[in-house]
Amino acid sequence: MKPEFRQTFSYPIALLGGVALMASAAISVADWLTRADIAQRQLEDLQATLQQVVPVAYYDNDLVRDAVTVNDGQRPVIVYRARRNGQVQAVCYQVSAPGYGNSAMVMIMSVDRNGALLGVRVISHAETPGLGDKIELSRSDWILRFNGRSLDDPPPSGWAVKKDGGIFDQFTGATITPRALVKAVKSGLEFFAAHRMLLLDEIVAGGKF
Amino acid sequence: MNDYRSLFADGLWRNNVVFAQMLALCPLMAVTTTATNGLGMGLATTGVLLSANIVVASLRHWIAEEVRIPIFVLLIAALVTLADMAINAWLHELYKVLGLFIPLIVVNCCVLGRAESFASRQPVLASAVDGLAMGLGLTFALILIGGCREVLGSATLFAQASLLLGQSFVFLEITLIRNYPGFLLMLLPPGGFLVLGFLLAGKRAMEQHRVRRQAPVAAPINSTA
Repeated sequence: MKPEFRQTFSYPIALLGGVALMASAAISVADWLTRADIAQRQLEDLQATLQQVVPVAYYDNDLVRDAVTVNDGQRPVIVYRARRNGQVQAVCYQVSAPGYGNSAMVMIMSVDRNGALLGVRVISHAETPGLGDKIELSRSDWILRFNGRSLDDPPPSGWAVKKDGGIFDQFTGATITPRALVKAVKSGLEFFAAHRMLLLDEIVAGGKF
Repeated sequence: MNDYRSLFADGLWRNNVVFAQMLALCPLMAVTTTATNGLGMGLATTGVLLSANIVVASLRHWIAEEVRIPIFVLLIAALVTLADMAINAWLHELYKVLGLFIPLIVVNCCVLGRAESFASRQPVLASAVDGLAMGLGLTFALILIGGCREVLGSATLFAQASLLLGQSFVFLEITLIRNYPGFLLMLLPPGGFLVLGFLLAGKRAMEQHRVRRQAPVAAPINSTA
């Protein structure tokens, strides 16, 4: 390289541009190399999550690929449908709620065709370790108490933690987390009730669905 | 040879990223709730430190003084992105444990610090050794702090190490006390500050003790130690 060029004003610019170009090229190649693998891993993760809340007896289809996007208000919700002999037996979708300190908790829940809960699991949260994290199945079986519940069981007033007059236990030292979770599960059930026919893939011709 | 040994001594102890330079404290507080997390984060950072030092050292003759910092940042960010993608694709179990923290390596100032103060002035091989030594020193610090917090906070050691290292490392997972009620403070960020503070005080006391012992012995060189 000629020493004069290094002294010019354009050298640092060309250098920065060159390095940026090199870095982007490397990242593009890496993206191309890893994209298929990453997509596959994420699919496997999703599959594992769905299998936690939908019993095997409910489906014979490829759950992960039978997805439909439904608008709940402004928010698009991806719904996975578990079918047996073509008929939708259960649906599975994510709900989220602001937890303690407004950090997002993300849950996955599945509901059978009659509107009863098959299961709820927390996928990610930032609740206080030792207090709010009893919502994880690995720490407490609290989350299993939603199994079999539906909008009428308990009646609407029961869909709250005990402190608020409902039927669900709060945790010692942590009320906000279970309260938010109960509310989110209830709104998840309301989402199912509002879009039932669409979710079950049973839009009858001429009906108002 | 002796030169490299001194580089390792610097990285591992004398000029340790955490215990001497006081860098990398932000990811340190976030990650070190268990020894396993510390180990994983340490190894990932070591990889980035090593490759960043090599790349910076091999480009050092072309890098213009005026734009060196943006170039270092760009190179480090690119390397971290590459590491992030590779771990996600091929070491997915590790990614589930560490995923959130890998992008944090970009803001780990020890990587930029080594690029600026060492790799931009030294040959490639020495820079590689320095990156490796600094990374291992950081890993040591993260495991030590993570181990202390884990033992005090949940009475386990290397919990879930098999997720990180594979099934053959299950033997590392130790539960010290069953049904331990947990000491929450240690798992929250204040626990990180407390443990780090006590470790630093311990290191300082050790050094002062050594200085005090060495001072009077300085005159007669060949006396019994």
